[in-house]
Amino acid sequence: MITVKQLTKRYARNTAVDHISFEIQKGQIVGFLGPNGAGKTTTMRMLTCFLPPTAGTATVEGFDVLEEPMEVKKRIGYLPETPPLYPEMMTGEYLSFVGSLKGLRGAELKQIIDYVSERCAIADVRNKQLGKLSKGYRQRVGLAQAIIHDPEVLILDEPTAGLDPKQINETRDLIKSLAGDHTIILSTHILPEVEQICQQVIIISKGKLVATDTVDNLQNRSRGAESVLVEIARRNGDLDTTVVQARIGKVSGVNRIVLKEKQPTHSRFEVETQRDQFVRGDLARAIVEAGWDLNEMRSSAVSLEEVFLQLTGTQEGKEEAIVTGAGK
Amino acid sequence: MRNVWLIWRKEMRSYFVSPIAYILLLMCALIFGFFFWSLLQAYLQFSMEAQMRGEMFPMNMPEEITRRLFGNVPVTGLFIIPLITMRLFAEEKRTGTIELLTTSPIRDGEVILGKWLAATTLYACLLLLSAVNIAFLFIYSHPDWKPMLVSYLGLLLQGAALLAIGTFISTLTKNQIIAGAATFGVCLLIFVCGWIGEYNSDAWARVLAYLSVSTHMESFTKGTLDSKDAIYYLTLILVGLFLTARSMESLRWRS
Repeated sequence: MITVKQLTKRYARNTAVDHISFEIQKGQIVGFLGPNGAGKTTTMRMLTCFLPPTAGTATVEGFDVLEEPMEVKKRIGYLPETPPLYPEMMTGEYLSFVGSLKGLRGAELKQIIDYVSERCAIADVRNKQLGKLSKGYRQRVGLAQAIIHDPEVLILDEPTAGLDPKQINETRDLIKSLAGDHTIILSTHILPEVEQICQQVIIISKGKLVATDTVDNLQNRSRGAESVLVEIARRNGDLDTTVVQARIGKVSGVNRIVLKEKQPTHSRFEVETQRDQFVRGDLARAIVEAGWDLNEMRSSAVSLEEVFLQLTGTQEGKEEAIVTGAGK
Repeated sequence: MRNVWLIWRKEMRSYFVSPIAYILLLMCALIFGFFFWSLLQAYLQFSMEAQMRGEMFPMNMPEEITRRLFGNVPVTGLFIIPLITMRLFAEEKRTGTIELLTTSPIRDGEVILGKWLAATTLYACLLLLSAVNIAFLFIYSHPDWKPMLVSYLGLLLQGAALLAIGTFISTLTKNQIIAGAATFGVCLLIFVCGWIGEYNSDAWARVLAYLSVSTHMESFTKGTLDSKDAIYYLTLILVGLFLTARSMESLRWRS
């Protein structure tokens, strides 16, 4: 359980995080979304007691980050953007060091190291130097380090950044498997990742909170609209797409119609309609009454990506879209 | 206390896993060995000439040698101390592992103490290398060991004080080279600023001489334990560690 109220971080010149408030329930996986430089890392650093907030409060499991940092630190597992590894240490030795730092000892510590190395699939590099590990292994050792003391809250800063697609999937599965016992906050700018593993999304842009909702709700709420894909055909002769567009545009509740694909026999359109109306029925009737065939009609879900671009503004959006494309 | 031990162990390991500890040990063994050998040569020459002139050799040779040897050690220390402390915090800041330490349930003070104690331990190991040379004196003569022990205590205190300052400087930058160079400069300055007292007895010169680490070494090398000088070094250690703690705290407000 994490409660953040009016959290602000101001530096000499700029405000990195500006009056952010949100609440995260126990056992949830929350995606912390935003373009680069939006203030994701700064917020996470404040939650982990690495940075003190300029104003506002943040409590983790009921403990304030400023008043009782020791209690907060005991309950948080943190994986920074670059895993905090000592290159000269062996993996096993490193885990034992971190475990001891978190207050574990003796037989219990040994047992837990076995358990986390199994869980994070790093058992085979136990006796390897951290500096010589590949990026995927480093990331997993970083994750093992974060969960070693079985913390109530896990904070992961871009846990899949820089991994190859196979490693990304493995890491996502690992994170998903950790949910339930742990409350997880994970920052990312890869949208499919959020759609896949998170239940809740917090979107911030330029230090400000722009949206916080469940993934389902966010996907539904794009422009308060729904998108319908229709395929229309004409039995004799060519279909005049401009006529179709003009005709469908007249149907009440239709906001926009875009030609997607033009074939000799049929054409596909994407129709953006208002929600909660009988628009689809009217649409079908209008097509049939005009003497065309309605081959297909289905609602296409608005991707989170569109919501994201809309909420964070197009300028950063363009840049991000490239990144997300690469992330898939 | 357990956390201090934990950090100490980690630092000691990283000194001895990387070649740095061995390079320093080798360097000190060679340098102290050379000092010892050249001092011994000089005294052999001197005593031979005295004998040829039919004079009694008036000096206590072993003690004279150790005293001069101990006089050279702090100078060697000036070069070695920056090499020991430069990585302590700068490296953690560069690789981001400082985030692990500051987000773990461990106090800043414990981190600082652990690191400084590890640095001091390594320095003590280096000092002990000179004892190998001195051991030879015990084979051929019977020098008084108590003043030597006091000298060692003085050297250790002086080293610990400069190491505390080096630890502080290491928190100021991500760059080891900068930390090392700055530590060398600062240590050299507070080492030589006492020399002014030799030519000048104005009030400011006396203050400078008092502040210098070298002037407080004299009583120790003579084999006398002067609490005034011991307190000076202990104060310097506290100031260094206190500044480190402040700097570590400000790291959070700045970064």
